[in-house]
Order: sequence, then structure tokens, then C-alpha cells
Amino acid sequence: MLDGRSLVKRTAGLRLWLSAGWLTALVIGAVFAPWIAPQDPLMQDLFTSRLPPFWMDGAEPGYWLGTDSLGRDVLSRILYGGRVALIVALIAGTATALIGATLGLIAGYYRGWTDMVISRLVDIWMAFPPVLFAILLIAVMGTGLTSVVVAIIVIDWTRFARVVRAEAMAQGAMDYVASAQVAGRGRMSTLLTEILPNVLSTIIVLLTLEMGIAVIVEAILSFVNLSVSTDDPTWGGMIAEGRLSIHQAWWVLVFPLVALFLTVLSFSQLGEGLKDRFDPVLN
Amino acid sequence: MSFLKIRDLSVILRGTNHRLLRGVSLDVGATEVMGLVGESGAGKSMIGKAVLGILPRSAKIVGGSIELDGVDLLKLPPRQRRHLIGQKAALIPQDPLTALNPARRIGPQIGDRLVDILGWEKARARARTEEILHDVHIPQPDRVLRAYPHELSGGMRQRVLIASAFAAEPRLIVADEPTTALDVTVQKQILKLIFEMQARHGTALLFVTHDLGVVSKICQRLTVLYGGLVMEEAEVGAFFEAPQHPYSRALLAATPRHTDPTADLTPVPEAVIALAQRAVADADLRWHS
Repeated sequence: MLDGRSLVKRTAGLRLWLSAGWLTALVIGAVFAPWIAPQDPLMQDLFTSRLPPFWMDGAEPGYWLGTDSLGRDVLSRILYGGRVALIVALIAGTATALIGATLGLIAGYYRGWTDMVISRLVDIWMAFPPVLFAILLIAVMGTGLTSVVVAIIVIDWTRFARVVRAEAMAQGAMDYVASAQVAGRGRMSTLLTEILPNVLSTIIVLLTLEMGIAVIVEAILSFVNLSVSTDDPTWGGMIAEGRLSIHQAWWVLVFPLVALFLTVLSFSQLGEGLKDRFDPVLN
Repeated sequence: MSFLKIRDLSVILRGTNHRLLRGVSLDVGATEVMGLVGESGAGKSMIGKAVLGILPRSAKIVGGSIELDGVDLLKLPPRQRRHLIGQKAALIPQDPLTALNPARRIGPQIGDRLVDILGWEKARARARTEEILHDVHIPQPDRVLRAYPHELSGGMRQRVLIASAFAAEPRLIVADEPTTALDVTVQKQILKLIFEMQARHGTALLFVTHDLGVVSKICQRLTVLYGGLVMEEAEVGAFFEAPQHPYSRALLAATPRHTDPTADLTPVPEAVIALAQRAVADADLRWHS
């Protein structure tokens, strides 16, 4: 017999493993792209243009997911595009989490004028439409990986600051914080040893969500050609190109889209799964 | 000579003129148990928090002195004040659910206090933690050391908190309604434990409660508060025989009797409340002028 609790636990475990599995495959694919990729992602060959994926008539061996209108291999381009996506997810996600969570912790715990300054800043910041803000930033800084990462950090730190601030505030009102202070703990040390461990699971969940968002933002920016240089394959760039030949070669659009979708979904599911796993109260 | 000496302590609600404590004076002897009673909002917890330096942000001390072992806490810079309070005083909090950090194991939570206050090494703090958990009658202390708070029952958690309070041998303990959040069946055991530990360690105890029955059994003296103002301060024996202040008398009459639970409760008469409020108004008048 299945009881509800174990069923919930099992599907949660499955979710965690599926998402972790996809991300691991993606990381391996991205890191070892030069060895794994069947073709050179940049090599154009008009004789092999618009080859369909392997199960369709007219497919060529070695071009598993087909080729685009310039004869470039879709699978190889997805693998190389995954590099950009993952680098952005990792660096931008982590940096955003660090900056946002630090400011949120300080605002929520110290309160007073520090909180006033940070919270008003967050309010003002959030009034800007994020994508326009990103495009504006890139226009000023110029395209490139660094610009993309910086743009994501600048736009999204508020997400962390806001949530972590509320959490830190709630934890700061707990008796165990008062007890630590009676025992002579300094404020900074109380923040790090008492409050941070209790906010950490929230930060981790937000971080994985943020990585998914970073992947999307990078795709949007490369879609409008504001990401890395146009020569390097990116998922957003592939989607933009695939859009033009959707009637002749749908696979050029669909496969990078699926990769993007699965990656973003996996990041958010990973966050949920990790939260369930590491929350001491739920276990 | 009293170990804790509070003189004319005034606390206001920050940003207003409203006083939460209206010139409270209080003494607790070196091994004395002092009961602090009053209705909700009378300021009894506020006094304990002021002594321990953990007043909420919304409250601000505006006058008076708090002497701990002869040193006025309010004249010390924050860092030294924290250090002194850590060495000499400890808290047994009201709610065992929120008083332990849910994300950390019991052992290091208590051990950290010893490292902070006494500057001990971790191994020594750990050994002492195990010993003190044994002292509060926790079975298998070595197992509890490794447990997270949510794995323990409410009564067990309160035992852990008592152990934590006594671990660094403080000279004063503030117990802020330590049994209010507990099941009635556990309350008695916890009270017994607190006083057993108090007697063994010879600690001064400031016992904040609204339960006069408890006070009559365990305290030596008590202070009755109304509206942040001391109504009466007396020896427990004398108080229960003949309370002096009308408000004290009314409060005593309003206490439910366990011997006859069907008897109607007597509310504090309006005339007595008017009298108490008059005293509060007088105190404010003197303070503002």
C-alpha cells in the first residue's frame, strides 16, 4: 500500500534526480564540447544545409539533430551554446545571490537607517522594467559575456535582497537571537552563526531559480543579438535564426528551445528538491 | 547587599512620550528568588529584558540605573556591557519553540555560549554541556547533544534551555514566564527543576510570572507591577497574609483557586483599577514636569 507521505517523498526524489540528471548531462556536454560535439559548430557547408534530424528521411549520419540553413550542426551548436548559458547561470547567479543576500541580511537584521537606505534602493530599482534595463546596460557597456553577467547582477540583486531581508527580520525577532545576545555574542557574529543558517535554505532555492532566470535573460539578450559576439553559438541566437526558417527546418528552432526549457525547469525543480532535502524540520 | 539593583528605571516607546516603565526600583539579593508579577502589559518582561540588554528596538531606556554586581550597565559602552551581562546573567525564555535555533544542533548551541562567555576550548565546552544536560535530568545527554531542537519535546527543550542558562555559572538568572508555553503536566516538573538548579548553584533569580500561586511556593520576595509602576514590594510570607496595596489585594482575590475550580472568578474591581491608574497618572505628571 502507498501512503501519501511516501508518495510525495518519492515524486520529490524523482524530480530532484531528473533535474540533477539533465543539468549534469548539460554540464558534461558543455565542458567536453570540443570532444563530444560531432561537428565544428561554426563550420558552414551549403551542401549539407537544412538536413533533418536523424529519424526523418534525408538525414545524414553525424548530424543527429539536423543542420541549419548554413549547414551548421544543430546538436554541436546546442552543446557549445550550453557553455555560454551555464557560465552565465553560474557566475551571474552566484554573484547575484552573494550581493543580494548580503544586503538583505544586513537590512533585515540591523534595521534602522541601513534598512531604510537598502529598502528604498530596492523599491526604486524594481520600478525599472528589467529587460529594457538590461538592454540599456548592454548598450552602454557593449556586448560580451562580461556585460551579460553584469547586467543580470545589476537587475536581479533586488530579488534576493527583498526575500532575504524579510526572512532575516523574522528570524531576528526569535528568542534564540536574544539568547545569543545575552551570552555576549556580537551583532555580526550573531548574524553569521544564528541567522544565516536559518536563511540558507531560502538563499539556495532562490539561487537555483536565479540560475534559471539568468539562462533566460541570456537567451533573450542573444535573441536580440546583444549577448556574446555573433559568431559564438548561443541558444537565443539559434532560436532567432531558426525563427526565419521555421517552415523549412523547424528543428533549428525547436531543439535549442527544448534545451532552454528543460534547463530552466531543471534549475527550479532542483531548488525545490534541495529545499525539501536539507530542511531539518521537514526531514 | 543586592546583586541586581534597579533604580528609577524609565523606558519609553521610541518616538513617543509614552512610558512603558515608570521609574521602577527593584533589588534582588545574591541568592534571592524575586517574583515579578502583574497583568499582561504591566512591564514585567520589560524589566527582565532591560536588565539583559535585549529590549526590543521599539523600546528605549530614558532614565535610571541598572546595577549588576555594583556596576551600572547603562554607563558602560555596548561591547563591555554585553560582555558583563554575558558573564553574570542568563535568560530562561518563555517559548521553548523559538528559543533554540532550529538550524543548529543542541550541543554547539550551548557550547558556543561557553566559548563566548568563558573563552573555553570547544572540547571542554562540549564536556561541560554534556554534564549540565545530565544535571537537568535529560536521559542520554550524548544523544541530545547531536539532536536538532525539533526532535525534542517541549518539556525537553525547556530543560535544554535551563541547562543552557546555568551552564556558564551566571550569578543572576531572569526566568521570563518559563512555564507559560508548556503543558500543565510538564509545568510542575520544570518549575521544580528551575528551583533545584537555583538552590544548587546559589544563583539570584528574577522570576517573571502572572501566577501568584507559583510565587507563593518558591519566591522569597515579590514585586507587584501595574502599568510599569511598582505597586507593592514585600516578603512573600507577609504579602500572602496581608497584602498592603489595594491593587495587590484585588489581584490576590482574582487568582483562581485550584481547591475550588467551580467558584466564580473575581475580577479586579473598577475602583481599584481607577486607583492604580491614578498612581500611574501621578507618576507621569511628576516625570513630565
